[in-house]
Amino acid sequence: MKIHEYQAKAILKKYGVAVPRGEMAESRDEAEAAAKKLFDAGASGVVVKAQIHAGGRGKGGGVKIAKSLEEAADLATKILGMTLVTHQTGPEGRVVRRLLIEETLPIEKELYLGVVIDRGEAKPVFMASQAGGMEIEEVAAENPEAILKEYITPGMGLEAFQARKLAFRLGLKPPQINQAVQFMTGLYTAFQQTDSSLMEINPFVTCTEGRLFALDAKINFDDNALSRHPELKELRDVTEEDPLEVEASKYSLNYIKLDGNVGCMVNGAGLAMATMDIIKYAGGMPANFLDVGGGANAEQVTHAFEILLSDQNVKAVLINIFGGILRVDTLARGVVEAANKTRIQLPVVLRLEGTNVEQGREILKESGLNFIVAETMKDAAEKVVAAARS
Amino acid sequence: MSILVDKSTRVIVQGLTGREGTFHAKACAEYGTKIVGGVTPGKGGTTHEGFPVFNTVQEAVDKTGADASVIFVPPPFAADAIMEAADAEIELIICITEGIPVLDMVRAWEFLQTRRARLIGPNCPGIISPGKCKIGIMPGHIHREGPIGIVSRSGTLTYEAVHQLTTRGIGQSTAIGIGGDPIIGTNFTDALDLFNRDPQTEAVVMIGEIGGNAEEAAAEFVKARMKKPVIGFIAGQTAPPGRRMGHAGAIISGGHGTAEEKIKAMQAAEIRMCKSPADIGETVVAALGAKAIA
Repeated sequence: MKIHEYQAKAILKKYGVAVPRGEMAESRDEAEAAAKKLFDAGASGVVVKAQIHAGGRGKGGGVKIAKSLEEAADLATKILGMTLVTHQTGPEGRVVRRLLIEETLPIEKELYLGVVIDRGEAKPVFMASQAGGMEIEEVAAENPEAILKEYITPGMGLEAFQARKLAFRLGLKPPQINQAVQFMTGLYTAFQQTDSSLMEINPFVTCTEGRLFALDAKINFDDNALSRHPELKELRDVTEEDPLEVEASKYSLNYIKLDGNVGCMVNGAGLAMATMDIIKYAGGMPANFLDVGGGANAEQVTHAFEILLSDQNVKAVLINIFGGILRVDTLARGVVEAANKTRIQLPVVLRLEGTNVEQGREILKESGLNFIVAETMKDAAEKVVAAARS
Repeated sequence: MSILVDKSTRVIVQGLTGREGTFHAKACAEYGTKIVGGVTPGKGGTTHEGFPVFNTVQEAVDKTGADASVIFVPPPFAADAIMEAADAEIELIICITEGIPVLDMVRAWEFLQTRRARLIGPNCPGIISPGKCKIGIMPGHIHREGPIGIVSRSGTLTYEAVHQLTTRGIGQSTAIGIGGDPIIGTNFTDALDLFNRDPQTEAVVMIGEIGGNAEEAAAEFVKARMKKPVIGFIAGQTAPPGRRMGHAGAIISGGHGTAEEKIKAMQAAEIRMCKSPADIGETVVAALGAKAIA
């Protein structure tokens, strides 16, 4: 689960990670009030930052500096409601609904800190780099030695000596080292205690007077661990997600909207991806990824159908089920029920295989509904692509 | 032969008395697997569907001589169940559970380094040596005993591959689902190494997907050590970056873990890649044919 920068900073602050002073604002008035507090406290300027779940906000025009209260309010008016397009939003962009109003800082250097799970090592890795403010993936691709790494021993944290090593190698000055150790160990403690899957401070800045700050902050939580963090679940902003994906998540369906016109419903993530691939291979484009899971029931199948069909781009539907735990007859009953309920007009190609397949095919035949039955995945893909074209 | 499991494997079920545990314990026993008991803390001393229930894995091992365990415990408790099995000197642990928090798996993985157990999964369908032993949730009847080893990160896509083989009259030595999570116990390289040394296995089908670099590592192993033909497929050629495609581990992040990179690495290792998932069966037939001519 992704959260906003202002939410991430509020969490980090609790763990002793220094963040600039600031407040979230949802209107011009709130932005003005927040800026006033900062100017009154002696800030020489404020930054108005668009809050969306995507990077590259500065380049897209969603981060601006104001030197006066009036300028801050005007910028807030301009940025709130704008559709911000960045390299991570896709061409459709995201509408800005919230801002973070923050004090400006006398920045000296921009560095990078990050924590992720290293899959190969099966442990968290704490990363630091002098190449702050850039996409870390680019740094990793072009100059991997520029990324310093300390692995976390499971059951322990980022130990002080590890943080100290990183701090010195980042070129921090001796009076900054203890501050950096507190910052880094706090960051790792936050990662561990919130069950995060990613934390990034980019840039991690040093100021001319010596202090260190998280100028930006990105946190993703491990979805599998959210059940033990009800307070973090509250931070979800569904307006940042695709409405169909939000709907699907209510029924524990794994749905991801894509750009094509062939809707697909599959059981199992691997088979669902392979089905998308074979649709493309047959000359079509998948409209979505949809995994109904191994234990789907008739009700879930109905919901899955409804979600598929509410995508207006969908011209034909492919259902590819390999019944293991999910028996084919159960699925067939669900499909018939859903087809009747949704009064589907689009062509539906069914490819069913596995446990109780004969009974399943019988149910489809007896339903009197006009399904196109396919024998193999290849056959199914060709039939659905042809149906979507006609 | 076959790898890891056969007729002599003695299996306990952790989470036996739950719905999933009950259903699959019965299905595995019907297939012929020696299910010797189950573990549900607090229900020790009872029997469930004819299987004796124990409070701890240690007690189950002591009383039944079990050497394998299959885990159907809910996600918040599953990593603990893995560690309990490893501590009781179970040799092969198969964790079916999907949705284990990744930091829990970090702890369990570290713990496993101090024990001799091999873990398969989590978030996997399990392992089957057709005609001998099935430990997992796969439909047993689609399999057939034979010369092909299968290793895959997916569940139903593995069934698809098995089905394509069985309908062409080609059987399987062992099929292992290694799981769709970012941290798993047995990886492609481990499985390929075992198949390489198994006399029954003549060729291996390797089914990968986007995310991580386990396929690339396996390709290095194939290039350096593999003596048998390997047939490959990578799912997710049309998957968008930055999105988790159902499996927790199936994500292209920072431009890495793409299908393209994996296919390139596997082709460089002379793995016979199937462009379409419908071509797996035919590609195996071709590989076996080439071998017969040689």
